[in-house]
Amino acid sequence: MNAPLASISDAASQAPTLTEIVRTLTLTAGFNAKVVVLSAALLGISAGLVGCFALLRKRALMGDALAHATLPGIALAFIIGAAFGLEARSLAVLLPGAAIAGIAGVVCVQLLVHHTRLREDAAIGIVLSGFFGLGVALLSYIQGGNYADAGGLNTFIYGQTAAMLPRDAALMGAVALLTILASVLFHKEFAIVAFNEDYARTQGWPVPRLDLLMMGLVVLVTVVGLQAVGLLLIVALLIIPAAAASFWTRRLRTMVILSGCIGGFSGYLGASVSALTPRMPAGAVIVLTGGVVFLLSMLFAPQRGLLAEQIRTFALRRRVAREHWLRRLYEAQDRGGAPVSIPTHDLVSRGLGLGSVLARVDLRLSGLIEVSGAGASLTERGTREGARVTRNHRLWEQYLMTYADLAPSHVDLSADLVEHVLSPELIDELETALRERKALPERLPDHTEREAGGRP
Amino acid sequence: MSTLPSHERVSPRDLSARPEHSPDSPLSIHALTVAYQRKPVLWDVEFEAPGARLIAIVGPNGAGKSTLIKACLGLVAPAAGRVEFWGGPYRRSRIRVGYVPQRESVDWDFPVSALDVAAMGRYALIGWCRPVSRAHKRAAMDALEYVGMGELSKRQISQLSGGQQQRVFLARALAQDADLYFMDEPFAGVDAATERAIIEVLRSLRAKGKTVICVHHDLQTVPEYFDDVMLLNMRVVASGPVGDVFTRENLVATYGGRLTLLDEASEALARAARGGG
Repeated sequence: MNAPLASISDAASQAPTLTEIVRTLTLTAGFNAKVVVLSAALLGISAGLVGCFALLRKRALMGDALAHATLPGIALAFIIGAAFGLEARSLAVLLPGAAIAGIAGVVCVQLLVHHTRLREDAAIGIVLSGFFGLGVALLSYIQGGNYADAGGLNTFIYGQTAAMLPRDAALMGAVALLTILASVLFHKEFAIVAFNEDYARTQGWPVPRLDLLMMGLVVLVTVVGLQAVGLLLIVALLIIPAAAASFWTRRLRTMVILSGCIGGFSGYLGASVSALTPRMPAGAVIVLTGGVVFLLSMLFAPQRGLLAEQIRTFALRRRVAREHWLRRLYEAQDRGGAPVSIPTHDLVSRGLGLGSVLARVDLRLSGLIEVSGAGASLTERGTREGARVTRNHRLWEQYLMTYADLAPSHVDLSADLVEHVLSPELIDELETALRERKALPERLPDHTEREAGGRP
Repeated sequence: MSTLPSHERVSPRDLSARPEHSPDSPLSIHALTVAYQRKPVLWDVEFEAPGARLIAIVGPNGAGKSTLIKACLGLVAPAAGRVEFWGGPYRRSRIRVGYVPQRESVDWDFPVSALDVAAMGRYALIGWCRPVSRAHKRAAMDALEYVGMGELSKRQISQLSGGQQQRVFLARALAQDADLYFMDEPFAGVDAATERAIIEVLRSLRAKGKTVICVHHDLQTVPEYFDDVMLLNMRVVASGPVGDVFTRENLVATYGGRLTLLDEASEALARAARGGG
C-alpha cells in the first residue's frame, strides 16, 4: 500500500521553494509534472460538467455506486487478460473491464429499485458495498496467485496521479472535449429531463435514452478518473464542483460552466500542491482543494451563502425589533395622549435577542426615541414613524381577518413578519381593498395627515 | 429504463361492441383500465371530449383523476384500453397536446428562470441539440406576458409564489400553442388573482376553439368555470354538460359509496384474472 502514497517529487523532503511553486503552477516544472497537472485539470473539468447534470438529475450518488462497482471489473479483466496472455496491466484491458462492471452496478441498482420495494438509497448501498467487496476478494486472490505485475492493481482504489503518462493526458483531453461537446449539445435536453421528467416525456423526449447518455458520460469520467484519483474519491470530483457552483448562481448555463471551472481548478491546484509536497497523494489533495472551494462558496457566496443568509436574517430581525419598539411606544402614547416613557428592559423583545438591543441604539441614533434614565419615549419624528408602523400593523391584521378565506394560501408567509416587509404600494392596496369592503380598522393612525398638518 | 407504453394495446373483448368514436374529437378514451400492482385505479373508462370546451374531471381523493391524465399522456401504462387524439395515436399528435402537471411534482429550486421554464414548451418545436433561438424566446415571453408574468420573467423560479409558479407552468403549456390541454389541479393552492388569471386564460383558449381538461378539486366553482364535467371515481360515474350531469344524485354516487365500488371492481379484476389464467 505504499504506491498510492508516492508523489512525483518523492525525493524532495524539504519545503518547496518559491521558484518550484511558480514553475509547477505555470506548467514549466518539467515534463512529468506538466503531464500530471494538465491531466488532473482536464479530468476536473469533465467531472465538473458531467457531475453538474448528474447532481441536478439527482443521480450523483449513482456515480458512487458506479465507481465502487468498477473494482471487480478491473480484477476480472486482469485475470482474463492474463489468461489470454495479454499484457494484463495495460489500461486497454483494465478500463473496459472497469466500465462494464460499473455499468453492471448501475443496472443492478435500477433493477433493485424497479423490482423490489427497496428505495434507491438502500439499493445503492447494497450494490456499492457488494461489488466493492467482490473486488477486494478478487484482488487478494490475484495477489495470492502467480501473476506477474499484480502489485499495481490497488492503485485504482486510491489513484496514482503521479504515474500519469502523456497518453493518459491525451485520454483526459479527449474525454474533456467530449463532455464539453455533450454539455453544449444536450444542454436543453438534460435540463428538461432533470427539471420535469414527466413533462419531458409528454413532449416526446426519450427520457431513458437521455438518462443513458448522461450515465454514460458519468461512466466515462469515472473510468478515466480511476487511475488519477481512485474509485473511492472520484465521486467527490463529480459532486463537489457542482455543489459549490450552486451557491454562486441560479442560472443553469452559468452553473454548468462554473462547475467545470471549479473542477478544473481543483484538479490543477490539487495536482500542483501534490507535486510540490512529498508524500501527498494527488487524488486526496485534488478532492481537498475542491472541498475548500466548496466550503468557501457555502460560507461566502453573495446571495445563497450562509453568511449572506445570516446577515439578511439579522437585518430583518433588527427591523422587526425596531418596529416593535416604535409600535409599543406609539400605542402607549396614543392611549395616554401624551409622550410616555417606558422602561427599556420592558421593550426588549424576547426571541429577537441582540437585534432588539441594537434596535434601541438604532432608534436613538436616528433620533426617533429619547432615552432618559431607565425609560424611553418617542420624539416627534418617532411619533410619526410609530404611527406609520402601527397603521401598517393594523391594516395587515384587519386584512387577514377580513380575507380569512384567501389567507390560507399565504399563511406560509408568517403573518407576523409580513407587516414588516410590505411595500408602500401594497399598503395602499390593502387600504383600498379594506375601504371597499368597509372594513377599515377603527382608530387607524394617520401619519400622512399629521405630516400634512405640520405644513404651513 | 422503461419504454414508453403503447397506446394501441386493445382489450380483445368489448371493443367491437362499443360505438365508434368520431375522428374529429380531440380526445376519445375507450375502455381504459389502469392498475397499480393488480389494484385497479381506473376501471373501464369511456369518454369522448367535445371540441372547444372547458372540461372538469372531478372526484374524491384517490379516484384516479391524475392517473387518467397520465394514462392519456402515456406516463402510466394502461392494463387495457385505448386513447385516441383526433382519431389517431398520441405519438402522432404530441405537439398538439399540452400538459400542465401538478405544481408539487417538480423541484422549484432548480436553477432556471421563469422564462427558461416557459421556453421548455418550445423545446419539441426546436428539436435536438439546437439552442433556444430568439424567436422561440419571444414566443415564451409572449406566453409569460399572457399570464401576467412578463415582469417576473428573469426571476429564478424558487423566488416565485405558488400562484406565480402555477402561472409559469401554464405559460409553458401555452408557449407550445397546443390544441388540447391537460391540466392537473391548476387551481390548487393559488391566490385569488391567479385563479382569475387562469380562468381568463382558459376562456380565451376556448374562444380559440381549444379544449381544456382540468383535474379540479373545488366543486363549488365547477358550474361557473366549466362547460362539461366528468365525475370520476375509478370509473366514470357520469360525464357530459355541467347542467345535465352535475347533479346532487351523481355527486353522491361519486363521493359516497366508494368502498363498495372498489370492492366490486377488485372482485371483478380477481374474476378476470381467474378466468384469464
